[in-house]
Amino acid sequence: MDYLATLSPLYAEIFLLVMACTILIVDLFVTSLGKTPTYLLVQITLFGCAFLTVSTYQPGIVHLFNNMFVDDLMSDVLKLLSYLSMSMVLVYSRTYLMVRGLFTGEFMVLLLFSLLGMMVMISASHFLSLYMGLELLALSLYAMVALQRDSAISTEAAMKYFILGALASGLLLYGISMLYGATGTLEVNAVSDVIARGAADKNLLVFGLVFVVAGLAFKLGVVPFHMWVPDVYHGAPTAVTLLISSAPKLAVFAFVMRILVEGLQPLLVHWSGMLIILAVLSMAVGNIVAIAQTNLKRMLAYSTIAHMGFLLLGIISGGLDGYGSAMFYAVVYVLMSLGSFGMIMLLSREGFEADNLNDFKGLNQRSPWLAFMTLLLMFSMAGVPPTVGFYAKFSVLQAAVSAGYISLAVIAILFSLIGAFYYLRIVKLMYFDAPESHATISVQPGSGLLISINGLALLALGMLPGSLMSICAVAVKQSLLLP
Amino acid sequence: MSFDTLVFYMFAAVAVLSAISVITVRNPVHAALFLVLAFVSSAGIWLLLEAEFLAITLVLVYVGAVMVLFLFVVMMLDINIAKLREGFWRWFPFGVTLAIVMVIQMVAVVGNRPAMETGVAITKHAANHSNTKELGRVIYTDYVYPFELAAIVLLVAIIAAIALTLRHRKDAKSQDVAQQVMVKKADRIRVIPMPSGYQEVSGYKEASGQEKT
Repeated sequence: MDYLATLSPLYAEIFLLVMACTILIVDLFVTSLGKTPTYLLVQITLFGCAFLTVSTYQPGIVHLFNNMFVDDLMSDVLKLLSYLSMSMVLVYSRTYLMVRGLFTGEFMVLLLFSLLGMMVMISASHFLSLYMGLELLALSLYAMVALQRDSAISTEAAMKYFILGALASGLLLYGISMLYGATGTLEVNAVSDVIARGAADKNLLVFGLVFVVAGLAFKLGVVPFHMWVPDVYHGAPTAVTLLISSAPKLAVFAFVMRILVEGLQPLLVHWSGMLIILAVLSMAVGNIVAIAQTNLKRMLAYSTIAHMGFLLLGIISGGLDGYGSAMFYAVVYVLMSLGSFGMIMLLSREGFEADNLNDFKGLNQRSPWLAFMTLLLMFSMAGVPPTVGFYAKFSVLQAAVSAGYISLAVIAILFSLIGAFYYLRIVKLMYFDAPESHATISVQPGSGLLISINGLALLALGMLPGSLMSICAVAVKQSLLLP
Repeated sequence: MSFDTLVFYMFAAVAVLSAISVITVRNPVHAALFLVLAFVSSAGIWLLLEAEFLAITLVLVYVGAVMVLFLFVVMMLDINIAKLREGFWRWFPFGVTLAIVMVIQMVAVVGNRPAMETGVAITKHAANHSNTKELGRVIYTDYVYPFELAAIVLLVAIIAAIALTLRHRKDAKSQDVAQQVMVKKADRIRVIPMPSGYQEVSGYKEASGQEKT
């Protein structure tokens, strides 16, 4: 077979890389403030990637480059969702960044490179390519957080993110080196085989596993490795916060699946115990500390921590139901997070950030439609039916109960109830309080339409979750070769 | 204990001690120099592992280039050590407790058991075995994918560094040739209508009249 044809699963990545480099050069000749040609090129690139991913679809699992790259249904689905969320990030953040002078070519190019990092992470089946993808994503994100150079709070956030991120990468690498020492290979499937054969030293494996889990926990942002999340979410420009809280969560989900579920499946008894502690602590700390926040971005950061705890609950439950519901939860979380941070940017204007809880006071009187969309987003975050957030939580809990983790499910419900308080508080502020300012809200047609679609999608998916749920279940089933 | 093991422990001890010194010495220049020592000892360990190419690269690139640049930067910065150390003793007990707990946990996992085996056979090569050739063979064939990814990471690093540090100075003077060519007469010359009256210049006339006589 022709060599180029064998590379077909990689076409989307190659196309993205070529386009990112092209856009980098083209942007030098775009002088307008709106950067419309660059912006359109980026959107076309994302669309092209989606087209290539769909058109090069092959059933089954394809490995390339000595099993360093894997293409399966799970990676295709997650990649398509990543393109979609990146495209949404751009639509939401365009006006917001433009009035702050941050809508530069570098922002868009770094965004594309971070997407490339995510794609590499999503379809990596070798510890080396997993790590390279992670670093590519992280490096782009560090730079984007720091892009607002004149803001002290952004610089501080970037510094914290960079140092703690480097530390976590160090932990992860140390763990990986232990696994390599024990098994003599870095290939995810081969590691699993060697461990299953019992040829590797158990102590060395567990020792390495602790560091790997710590590194993963940092990247997920779960307690006790969560310290960076509130500061980075708060300090970064809201557009970058939106980016960090959206598609990278899908990539990290794939990362955890590849390392723990595919590579270290024989060590399940060890890592599921660790994950239980992480999940319970995350749900507790995330939901309780979020109550005390007055800044909406910080509050959503703590809510992210709690949501990641829930995601881990799905992975702990295991099996088709558990992994499928965890993937569903990740997708739904990304959709909710896009809407919530998008709403903050929609209500912000030049020289004003709508990131305080008080800025949402009386929103119903100022703009009933946006208030209704926020209501849907908050209901979905809290898990109130008929929004999709309820179904996501429900399917994870169902998987946990059927896997026998009943006490864990009870704890999760308790903390979700506590968490509902701070989501519903925003609803109360919007509908029952008097507005503090009467400044008119000028909504751009593009982002206004998108937020409506986003909010209504949460409602529609909540009523008809079947198709998305079955896509997730089939993807996980085919990728992990589950019965 | 074989000679190899002895050399390994020597290099390892120096590496660990100098790494500790990097974070404990007061003078930042000394810290940078200790980091150089840590790199050199790590290079020694790599030589023991038959990774000659990597060992030499570590010394050439990190010790020779990166650390020299680093020393320049450290010498140029005015670092206030007293301010850096602020709050150190406040958090010291907390940090030490955490470190002790971690060490105890690690010893509990690793300590009381027979030495951990790798289960992988390690082959020794002859002295004329070319490590560089071996590395070159796999890096462009088996490992080409991560190699390309590493290149992309470096590209991102360049873009990020420029995006974060490039400032268009507003006070810098530069020519815009296009504007120079497009200039119109009206941009440069301003015609000011002046009143021309006899009385106002009468003094001049008198003066000139005197001169004539």
